[in-house]
Amino acid sequence: MLQVRDLDVHYGDAQALDRVSFDVAEGSIVAIVGANGAGKTSLIRTIAGMIRPTHGRIGYRGADIAGLPSHRVCNLGIGQVAEGRQVFPTLTVAENLHMGALLPRARAHRDRQLARVFAMFPILEERLKQTAGTLSGGEQQMLAIGRCLMGLPDLVMFDEPSLGLAPAIVHEMLRTIRALNHEGLTCVLVEQNVALSLKLADRAYVLENGRITLAGTGEELLADDRVRQAYLGM
Amino acid sequence: MISLWRDMNRRGQVVLVVAVLAMLLAPVVATRYLLSVLTLILYFVYVGQAWNLMMGYAGQLSLGHALYVGLGGYVAAGLWVHFGIGPWLGVIPAVAIAAAFGAFIGWLAFRFGIEGVYFSLLTIAFAEFTRIGFDHIGPLGGAGGLFIPYQESRLGEWWNLRGGQLFFYYLAFVLAGAAVLLTAWLARSRLGHQWMAIREDETAARALGIDVFRAKMKAVLISSAMTAVGGVFYAFYYNNLFPAQVFEMSRSIELILGPIVGGLGTVFGPVIGAFVLTPLGELLIAVTDKAGLNAPGAKAIFFGLVLMIIIYLVPGGVWPWLSRRLGLVRRRS
Repeated sequence: MLQVRDLDVHYGDAQALDRVSFDVAEGSIVAIVGANGAGKTSLIRTIAGMIRPTHGRIGYRGADIAGLPSHRVCNLGIGQVAEGRQVFPTLTVAENLHMGALLPRARAHRDRQLARVFAMFPILEERLKQTAGTLSGGEQQMLAIGRCLMGLPDLVMFDEPSLGLAPAIVHEMLRTIRALNHEGLTCVLVEQNVALSLKLADRAYVLENGRITLAGTGEELLADDRVRQAYLGM
Repeated sequence: MISLWRDMNRRGQVVLVVAVLAMLLAPVVATRYLLSVLTLILYFVYVGQAWNLMMGYAGQLSLGHALYVGLGGYVAAGLWVHFGIGPWLGVIPAVAIAAAFGAFIGWLAFRFGIEGVYFSLLTIAFAEFTRIGFDHIGPLGGAGGLFIPYQESRLGEWWNLRGGQLFFYYLAFVLAGAAVLLTAWLARSRLGHQWMAIREDETAARALGIDVFRAKMKAVLISSAMTAVGGVFYAFYYNNLFPAQVFEMSRSIELILGPIVGGLGTVFGPVIGAFVLTPLGELLIAVTDKAGLNAPGAKAIFFGLVLMIIIYLVPGGVWPWLSRRLGLVRRRS
């Protein structure tokens, strides 16, 4: 579904991504793990069209989308749940959800998607008229995911969905991602929480200093000595 | 627009109807002076609303809106003085030229990532160098000003905006009313939601697939075009234009105080703001005149103080606070 080939990203002289290549098969969960500053957010933003790559190809369903502006990329069905949730705190839950459905591809399906989001996160329906800033961290993360789903994505990139959440909520979040995946959503999970994301992932990549250094199935990486030493402290 | 009505409870609807009727009937009882103050208030409602669309909804702080007032006024007045083209026709090129300036500033800023304070500085710069430029445009009077001559024979030609006070009052009323309805409609539209997303968090808006550049361009275009219409009104109401007056930074500030005091990003904020500030300004002039004081700049200091007090007391503006206090809108759960 998504093939990233030899992607380079520079901020001025600093190189954030160095020949990054990976594949995402339709219907799978792919984890990209790495430490802070490894280039994870840069990678998501580049695929999303918010940063222009200096080199490389991003194939999505047969077309090269590298360099397309973000509103076009989103409208092709690539959504993202940004790091730190990025809900609009002064707007209501209803308004936040509405803003996810402004995409041309999603406009006609708004009511249906809303029903789907409420079925998945009943709490959002209860909080509909509350401002998003008054929600708990977990609820905000649900809102961020719900808002993304309003755009009718086929592939969603999650940037650190576990960041800043209590362990119980983190598990719930991962269950949600798995449930979405069962419904047919392709998921790219970018995480610092290596153990959790590798357990969830069909395929995983380790990103270090802007380079992919290891690749394999989630299980393979979990068993890999280098991963165990560097990320799992074993 | 219907939603504007539906969002209000019974009491709010009654207040709105009474207020509109009172404004419509005001000329029956108002003195000529009072009518001129009301006209000024409605003018500020109109231009304040135009600015509110861009700042209150789309979050783009323009500190140079006097540019569009001046361009609109000069183009329409120039066409009238030199070619006898009436303002109803002249308003079209006036709007087009102001919108073209707006589009250029917007394109320059949004295309090259000039944001926040730097965008505001850019808007000031354009207003300022347009002011200096107009000082040297001979056919438009240069620094000496452009005057729309008083012609006895044309008096009462309302179709050429040569009506009297009463005519300008109702014209201002229609403009202000239309601006409020347009804002209410835009606020609920897809574009309005795109603006609010950008205002709240531009990166998040981009991540949601909103075409940020396009939405911001639309904001500048609509706002500058609307403001230019206000400029045409201004020119034909006052019959004179001086670059040093119309393009002045203080004019831009004067225009934005209403919405800030009344409540940014609300439909009725600019209305309340104009009704609070303009009479206060008039009162101050009356008081200083009575006291025989000649204090230039007193109005600016006074408005500065009012602004500080209001922002301190009701940070969100007068309207959100007032509507809650009086129970004029449906409560959000």
